[in-house]
Amino acid sequence: MSAAPPLAAGPATLDGARLRYLLRLGDTSLVLGQRLGEWIGHAPALEEELALANLALDLVGQARLLLSYACELEGAGRDEDALAFLRDAPQFFNLTLAEQPNGDFAHTIVRQWLLDNWQLEIYQALAHSTDTRLAAIAAKAVKETRYHHRFSSGWLIRLGDGTVESRQRVQRSLDELWALTDELFTPDEVDERASAAGIAPSLTELEPRWSARIDQELHAGTLQRPARQPYPWHGKRGVHSEHLGHMLGEMQHLQRTYPGARW
Amino acid sequence: MSNDWPLFEVFIRSRAGLEHKHVGSLHAADARMAVEHARDVYTRRLEGVSIWVVRSADITASDPGEAESLFEPARDKVYRHPTFYAIPEEVKNL
Repeated sequence: MSAAPPLAAGPATLDGARLRYLLRLGDTSLVLGQRLGEWIGHAPALEEELALANLALDLVGQARLLLSYACELEGAGRDEDALAFLRDAPQFFNLTLAEQPNGDFAHTIVRQWLLDNWQLEIYQALAHSTDTRLAAIAAKAVKETRYHHRFSSGWLIRLGDGTVESRQRVQRSLDELWALTDELFTPDEVDERASAAGIAPSLTELEPRWSARIDQELHAGTLQRPARQPYPWHGKRGVHSEHLGHMLGEMQHLQRTYPGARW
Repeated sequence: MSNDWPLFEVFIRSRAGLEHKHVGSLHAADARMAVEHARDVYTRRLEGVSIWVVRSADITASDPGEAESLFEPARDKVYRHPTFYAIPEEVKNL
């Protein structure tokens, strides 16, 4: 593992856009996986703890594939561990939703469910990417994501259609996190360039499919879809909420304190 | 939380063609969740291709106190094992 050089090219070129797109996908999986890992030792039931840890491992595995591909494209001689453990928050390009703290179990489920539905659409479409390496990664990830979605939608509906308290908690988390969903399908120049090159799907085309399934599952859980809120979030541009820095502080502590430490 | 959930027995088929074998038990709110939990608890290392779950309460078991009367009578009937038959040369595949 080498010290991290400044992050490579921005989205001005196709290669830069491709790299940035991979970092967004990989960082979203990595950050979400790390969050789920925080449940270990704290989950409401042993069986759920294993389930959350399994999800986390799938996500970290996706991150490893995506970030190691990004490293090859970058050609700066660093590996995916360097990307994970030696970058600062502004150099992460994950969706803002992924970095939100776990909260209670309902909060984690809502965050997971929103992102599972997003990943499901993205990975299904990416399996047909003109970038064959990315297509192969997506084809593997989509199988994992189908199970993640089964898990999170099952719990969302169970809690929504459960007791008065469980319904209240899910609805409250939904209301709180909903503003962050606008970032999921709001394309910027990276998304547009990648989409025009056939590397990535068009976000505006995917949004109605995501939205339809969200509505269907909210209905099954007797939950209300919150009103659309303005879009102030820019995690995928490297502008993060206050939470990512704290999370990275814990995640990167060992590698920062003992550079190059290995198992 | 899991104390409120009923117990399920889990059976895993390790490969197509083999039988499901009992591997353990776990708590879940219902059968669907039990299958998911079984997947996460018992098939993490590619142990299976199929999962059955059944509520532990739905299993009717023999009474250990009756073991003598149930199983002892078979003890002196070794002739039930098919080891006393001379197999003719012509018979293959037995």
